[in-house]
Amino acid sequence: MTPMPSADSPVPHVEKLTVMQALNRAMRDAMRQDETVHVLGEDVGTLGGVFRVTDGLTKEFGERCFDTPLAESGIMGFAIGMAMGGLRPIVEMQFDAFAYPAFEQVASHVAKIRNRTKGQVHLPMVIRIPYGGGIGGVEHHCDSSESYYTHTPGLTVIAPSNPADAYHLLRAAIASPDPVIVMEPKRLYWSKAEVDLGRQRPGIGKAAIVREGTDATIVTYGQSVPVALEAAEVAKREGRDLQVVDLRSLVPFDDATVMAAVASTGRAVVVAEAQGFSSFSSEVAARIAERCFHSLAAPVRRVTGFDIPYPPPKLEKHYLVSVDRILDAVDSLQWEDQ
Amino acid sequence: MPSDGPQPEGTLVTPRQPRKAPTRAAERPAYDLADAHLLPTPEPIQLVTPEGTPVVDPRLPMPDTETLVRAHDLMVQGRRFNDQAHALVRQGRLAVYPSSHGQEACQVAAAMVLDDQDWLFPTYRDTVAAMVKGVDPVQILLLLAGDWHAGYDPYEHHCAPTATPLATQLVHAAGVGYAARVKGERTVVVAMCGDGATSEGDFHEALNFAAVFKAPVVFLIQNNEFAISVPLARQTAAPSLAAKAIGYGMPGKRVDGNDVAALLAVLGEAVERARAGEGPTLVEAHTYRMQAHTNADDATRYRTSDAVKEWEPRDPILRSSAHLRSLGALDDDHTTALTQRVEEMAAEMRLGMSAERELDPAMLFDHVYATPTPQLREQRAQLLDELAREEAAK
Repeated sequence: MTPMPSADSPVPHVEKLTVMQALNRAMRDAMRQDETVHVLGEDVGTLGGVFRVTDGLTKEFGERCFDTPLAESGIMGFAIGMAMGGLRPIVEMQFDAFAYPAFEQVASHVAKIRNRTKGQVHLPMVIRIPYGGGIGGVEHHCDSSESYYTHTPGLTVIAPSNPADAYHLLRAAIASPDPVIVMEPKRLYWSKAEVDLGRQRPGIGKAAIVREGTDATIVTYGQSVPVALEAAEVAKREGRDLQVVDLRSLVPFDDATVMAAVASTGRAVVVAEAQGFSSFSSEVAARIAERCFHSLAAPVRRVTGFDIPYPPPKLEKHYLVSVDRILDAVDSLQWEDQ
Repeated sequence: MPSDGPQPEGTLVTPRQPRKAPTRAAERPAYDLADAHLLPTPEPIQLVTPEGTPVVDPRLPMPDTETLVRAHDLMVQGRRFNDQAHALVRQGRLAVYPSSHGQEACQVAAAMVLDDQDWLFPTYRDTVAAMVKGVDPVQILLLLAGDWHAGYDPYEHHCAPTATPLATQLVHAAGVGYAARVKGERTVVVAMCGDGATSEGDFHEALNFAAVFKAPVVFLIQNNEFAISVPLARQTAAPSLAAKAIGYGMPGKRVDGNDVAALLAVLGEAVERARAGEGPTLVEAHTYRMQAHTNADDATRYRTSDAVKEWEPRDPILRSSAHLRSLGALDDDHTTALTQRVEEMAAEMRLGMSAERELDPAMLFDHVYATPTPQLREQRAQLLDELAREEAAK
C-alpha cells in the first residue's frame, strides 16, 4: 500500500495528475483519514460523477459516497443536517447553473448558521461546483456563478486553477470548520501537472504570484489563469513584462498580496470569465482603486465576459476572455511610450 | 369502535406481502394494494372528544393518565407563554410574536414524545414546543426581542433554531436523522411545519429524501387552516395533506390537532417506528390558528369572528381539563398550584424581557467565520472606532 500523503507530511510525494484526478485524490485521502467525510450528489456514486471527479469513491467507501434524489435544494439541506449531526459532507452540484435551486439553502442557512447561533452550530461542509464555459456546453452548463457566493457573508469561496491547488485547497476546504464553496475550473479538469501531495501549499486566504513581472499586474483566478499566463508570454515577446496573480481564494480575499503586487508595477488588469457588471471582478477592481490609488499610473482595467446570458457554443468564443482582449487592456494602461 | 378510527396495517386489503423487486419500473403495478396502509384514515384520529369523553380504540391505546396530566400542565404553561409573549409585544418588549394560542396540544405533544438525545426542528410559531423540549423561555424570546437571530444553544437541548423560512428546516431534519443513523445513534427527529409550508419545494424534497434514506424523522404538519391570510384551499387540491405521504412511500396520519391524547399516541407511535429503523411518518394535525398570524396582522380582513368562535369549544385545554376531571386526575388544588407555577414563569419572562441586556456590537463580526477574515477585522475596528468617537463626543 502506498503511504498516504497528508497535507503536512515532510515526505515529498510527487505525481502527475489532472485537476480532476487531484480533486478525486483529495476526497479519497480525506475519506481514508476521517470516516465522518461523506460525498453526496447526483450521479456521484456508481457513475463517479458526470465528470468522473468522484470516480472510485463508492467502490472504496460504499455508502459514504452516495447518489441522492435529483433535487439540489434537498441535497444542500440534507448536507446541512448531516453537518449539524457531526458529519463532514462534501456536496457535488452537477453544474454551476444547476446549483441555483439550492441557493436559498446556501444563502439563508449554510452561510448564516454560525452567525445565528453565535458559533454554537457550525457547518464543516464543502460545496463543489464545476463552473464556467469554453467546453462547448449547451445552455445552463457554463455559468460563472462565483459572485453570488462571494457576495454572501459566511461563505468561504476558493477557485483553484491547477492540479496542485485543486488537491491542497480541497483538502483545506474539507478540513475547514466553515462551509467552503469550491469553484472548480471545468475547462481545466483535464489539464495535467505534477503535484507534490506531501507538500503543503499556501492555504485558503492566500493568493499566489504565478508569474513575476514589472510592467503591469494581471489579477485573475480559476480558469482564466492559464489565459492570463499565455497573454503574459505573448506580451513578453512584445516587450512588456507582466506579473500574474492567481487569487486562489476569493473569500477570504488576500488584499496584502494583491496590493503589494499592484503597487510594485503601478498598473492592473483584473481578468475573470464571469459577466463584469456587479461581479467579483468589480470588487477586485474597486479594492485596488481604493487601496493603491497613489501607486497607479493608469485606471484599473477589467477584462470580463459581456453582460449577456452565457452564449450558445458556436458563439462562446466571442464571450470568453482571450489573450488578445487581455493584451488590448494592457495596451490601454497609459504607457509613457505611447 | 368509531368508524373514523385508525385502520390497522393491512386490514384494508390483503396483508402486506414481501414483494419481489421488479426488474423494470414498467413491470411494477401502477398501484399496489399493499400500499394502502400508507393512506391516512378518512377522519382525523381522536382519542378524546371535544367534550372530554374518551374514545375507546384498541389499536391506539390511550396514553397513561400521568402522561396526560403532564401534557395538560404543559399546555396550560404553553398557553401562558403564548399570552405573555403576546402582551410583551404590546409593551414594546418584543418586535413581533406569532402565537400558537389554541395549538398547544400539537406544541406539547411534538416535544413530549422525544427523549433528550432526540432533535426537534421548530418553526417560528413553535416556541412552546421549544420550551417543552427544555429551552429557557427567555432565551426563546431573544430572537423576537431583536437581540440575536437565535437566542439559545441548539445542542444543549437538541432543539434547532426556530426556522423563519418555510420548510427549509425539514430538509435539515432529514439530514440530522441520516447522520444519526450513519453513526449508529438512536436519535429520532420531529420536524414541524404549517399547512402553508407544504406548498414549498423543500417540503417535497425533505419528505422524499427522508423516505428514500429511511431517515428517522417524524414530520408534523400543524394544519391551522391559514398561511397568514391564505386558506388551505389555495395551498392544495389534495384530499388531505396527510394523503401526500403515500406519494413518498411513507405512512400518512390525520389526527385531531386539539386532542393531546391522540397526538401523543400517534406521534409516539411514529417516533417508535422511526427509532426501530422503519423510516419517516407524515402526521397532519387538524387545528386552528385562533389569533392573527402575528400581532402585526389583522385577521378581520380575511376571516369572520364566527369562524373563530366555532373553534372555541374545541380548545385543547378545555378538552383535557374535562377529560382529566372526569377521571378524577385533576382537581382544584392541582389547578391552583399549576396557576401559581405558570404565573411564576410569566413573571420570569417579564423580568427577563425588561432587564437591560448588554449587546456588544463587536459581536456582529465574531461569528461570521471561525476565524474573522482580514476584511472583517478591519470593519470591526472601524465600528469600534466610530463608537469610541461617539462616546468621546458625549
